[in-house]
Amino acid sequence: MTAVAELSAQWLELFTQQPAAEPWIQALREKAFARFSELGFPTTHQEEWRFTNVAPVTKLAQVSWPAERPARLPEAAQAHLAKYASLDHPFVALNTAFLNDVRVIAVPRGATLEAPIEITCDAPAEGTAAHPRTLILVGANAQCSIVETYRGAGAYFTNAVTEIVVADSAVVDHYKVQQESLSAYHIATLQVAIGRSAAFSSHSISLGGALVRNDVNAVLSQGSDANINGLYIVNGTQHVDNHTSIDHAMPHATSHELYKGILDGRSNAVFNGKIIVRKDAQKTDSKQTNKNLVLSDDAVINTKPELQIWADDVRCTHGATIGQLDSEMLFYLQSRGIGRKDARNLLIYAFAQDIVDRIKVQSLRDSLERTLFGKFHEHPE
Amino acid sequence: MPLLEIIDLRAKVGDREILKGINLTVQHGEVHAIMGPNGSGKSTLAQVLAGRDLYQVTGGQVLLDGRDLLEMDPEERAREGVFLAFQYPVEIPGVSNMYFLKAAVNQIRKHRGLEELDAMDFLNLVREKMQVMKMDQALLNRPVNTGFSGGEKKRNEIFQMAVLEPRLAILDETDSGLDIDALRTVSGGVNAMRSPERGMIVVTHYQRLLNEIVPDYVHVLADGRLVKSGGKELALELEAGGYAAVGIYDEEEAVGRV
Repeated sequence: MTAVAELSAQWLELFTQQPAAEPWIQALREKAFARFSELGFPTTHQEEWRFTNVAPVTKLAQVSWPAERPARLPEAAQAHLAKYASLDHPFVALNTAFLNDVRVIAVPRGATLEAPIEITCDAPAEGTAAHPRTLILVGANAQCSIVETYRGAGAYFTNAVTEIVVADSAVVDHYKVQQESLSAYHIATLQVAIGRSAAFSSHSISLGGALVRNDVNAVLSQGSDANINGLYIVNGTQHVDNHTSIDHAMPHATSHELYKGILDGRSNAVFNGKIIVRKDAQKTDSKQTNKNLVLSDDAVINTKPELQIWADDVRCTHGATIGQLDSEMLFYLQSRGIGRKDARNLLIYAFAQDIVDRIKVQSLRDSLERTLFGKFHEHPE
Repeated sequence: MPLLEIIDLRAKVGDREILKGINLTVQHGEVHAIMGPNGSGKSTLAQVLAGRDLYQVTGGQVLLDGRDLLEMDPEERAREGVFLAFQYPVEIPGVSNMYFLKAAVNQIRKHRGLEELDAMDFLNLVREKMQVMKMDQALLNRPVNTGFSGGEKKRNEIFQMAVLEPRLAILDETDSGLDIDALRTVSGGVNAMRSPERGMIVVTHYQRLLNEIVPDYVHVLADGRLVKSGGKELALELEAGGYAAVGIYDEEEAVGRV
């Protein structure tokens, strides 16, 4: 197609401009760029992108390269980097084609980290794109929490990919706080490989961005436990799309998924929760819930469970709700002297409470509570 | 000046008129009981006084110490001293009872020109009131009414009333669903709050509550109007002979008589 060809020409130029890298990185880049050239940017004709039009994103091509050449990546990185996130996802391919900004973190086996691993991605320059890449290798029996924060000001495009490898019996809590500018585009994939009897939790908090797409993909092993949580709060003309995929590849694994959304203004949200239970994954226990609080007549939510179950001895439940503020609750609070606006904010906050309660990093929970209170309080009557 | 004056109050829900001209005056310090068969408009009257917008006021006037109550938002009424103990208190998951009540107390105190209570003072205040209501302090940390038994919900209403110290308390079927012990505890809480300044409207279907909370006046509400008023002995008359004894029939019975 001409469009793809034109697009590729433009991106090819950028691709060749980027600073040289070690040969193995260069090989990854080339393979990914070839894949991206085949795929092109997704359109709303593709099921996975039906409700999210990425056309505006494609215009922000210019990449701001890191000022310094990055330090050599550790040996372990080579065995794992780009081995998990699929290049069939056009934005993963694009990110991999522009591997410049790479962080690799290894947690030794058996280690217990008291303080969370903090990864902060500040926005690239106005009008440019950034492709931050993170690889986290957590050794067997290790325990840690990871906080990824995305923030910035102005119009820009962040296209992030994070791969996490959770070795057997490790315990990992992952938090992502997306607080991009309201003019920014944010597309991100979190790809997690969960080892035998390991426990992984993900908390994706999506507050900012004009156009946001979050993919969270977890592949479970025997006896793995996954908790996949999300909270999205959108207003104005914000668009947020959360796609999750939980792949029960082996038996005896459990997954619990809870995504909650608060929509106001003319905002749009998408939730697509895919659960795959493969033939061997007997005794799978999986529960998916998506709840939405819609505060205005013009906000739109599309929610879709997508269950693919190939095993017969499993328990899988799913449910989605879309509701408004309860007038009886509002009246009760008002009848005790609490003003209508405060009562409304209190109920909105209460809706998000169980997601906030699941955050175990105290400092993060505190700052999120403050942010949420601030966010709801600026709401006009 | 009376505490509360209700003059020819009319209200409807949808196209259905429920209150068809209520007249009632409550002086400071008085307890008025409103009795009546199901569907007579008792709860509607209670909710309209508290400001529920589900009901549309179509006529009449309500004055609280001479001020137009119907002009006020529900929260203003509460701050001015109106308290409704709900027949069915709503569960509010995610909002702790403690946070909720502290916010309410401080809003009302602010309105009255009093200093806001800090956490310590607030806790001392509620502990004392909880003891009166024989309530488990653990309820404070639970979400509002969530998972409470029917009795706990009713106790929680009167406990809130004790903390908020209204000048006009409206009790909507506070006795429903209570066993005799709970009824005595709840009534004890209410009686402890009787004072020369405070007025109360006690809405009930049954006389048994009025054995515990003895009213100064009893009114009978039927088909949206107060059809009979008297002293506390009127409640006993109703108990003995049913509403028919005072000339009121449930709709079905009335049909049967024709």
